[in-house]
Amino acid sequence: MTYTALLIAVMALCTMLTRFLPFFVFDHESSPPKYILYLGRVLPMASIAMLVVYCLRDTDLTSGIQGYTGIIASVFVICLQAWKRNLILSILGGTVIYMILIQIL
Amino acid sequence: METFSRRKTVKKAFAASVPVMAGYIVLGIGFGILMNEKGYGILWTLAMSLFIYAGSLQYAGVSLITSSVSLVSAAITSLMVNARHLFYSISMLEKYKDAGKFKPYMIFALTDETYSLLSDGNVPEGCDPHFYRFMVSLFNQCWWIIGSGAGSLLGKALPFSTEGIEFSMTALFVASFAEQWLSSENHFPSLAGLFSSVICLILFGPDRFLIPSMILIILILTIAHRMEEKRK
Repeated sequence: MTYTALLIAVMALCTMLTRFLPFFVFDHESSPPKYILYLGRVLPMASIAMLVVYCLRDTDLTSGIQGYTGIIASVFVICLQAWKRNLILSILGGTVIYMILIQIL
Repeated sequence: METFSRRKTVKKAFAASVPVMAGYIVLGIGFGILMNEKGYGILWTLAMSLFIYAGSLQYAGVSLITSSVSLVSAAITSLMVNARHLFYSISMLEKYKDAGKFKPYMIFALTDETYSLLSDGNVPEGCDPHFYRFMVSLFNQCWWIIGSGAGSLLGKALPFSTEGIEFSMTALFVASFAEQWLSSENHFPSLAGLFSSVICLILFGPDRFLIPSMILIILILTIAHRMEEKRK
């Protein structure tokens, strides 16, 4: 139990580090270097793409239809988002489809 | 010195946070249910939502605490999963610069969703920008805490199997990816991210590909930036 609290503390501190670090490093300059600002613009898009791959990393293309459930539900999310442009609807719709797929397959 | 109505600012901030409210309550419920399934009650759930306040890490954290990993691997996982916050903070450096007493909390609470609400820099007319951003951040965390608490309490009572609820996290990222793709003209950063992580996933396997992917992404984007600069 103490160990669980310790783990949570470590996760909290490391998370704070990722959010505060740029402010400590660049706060004293009048404006951060152009290259850093460029990274601030493009990295969010690239890292979301990386997180998508991260979430789907255990997709197993050799194990038949069960291995594809994540991909199928993701394609469904993309279609829903392209159609309605509503983040919450896409998340809910995709999750429901996924839950149905893994519980019946 | 301009005078701003605090009340109006709070109202506008509340209105801005409504889209996130739905998402955070849904994702928070998912997290609370997951914690509950693994035998961690509402106090653990609330502590994580209060102090960590990072959705993807909290989902990943459920498996970290159930398998009691070492503190070092918990730290590395947290840094990797949250490395994208560095980028959010970098792009908010200017906007948060003069936020004064609100600044520490605003930085602490800079999640994906808060970032997506505040990154365009627009603040409703007649609102104190720093107080507005502070209130949006605060409302968002309230939704997250309410959602995860509700999920923890609901978990036992739900009449159907919640197996697969963890996909809400994937769906969040996939939908954000689709939205960014649809709303931007330059798809290069998205493609660089996708390409780098798939290549690294194949090369390094599912447990070790995050760090190499990040390095490759920064490398590709830096080269693209250099080439762009040269052309000018």
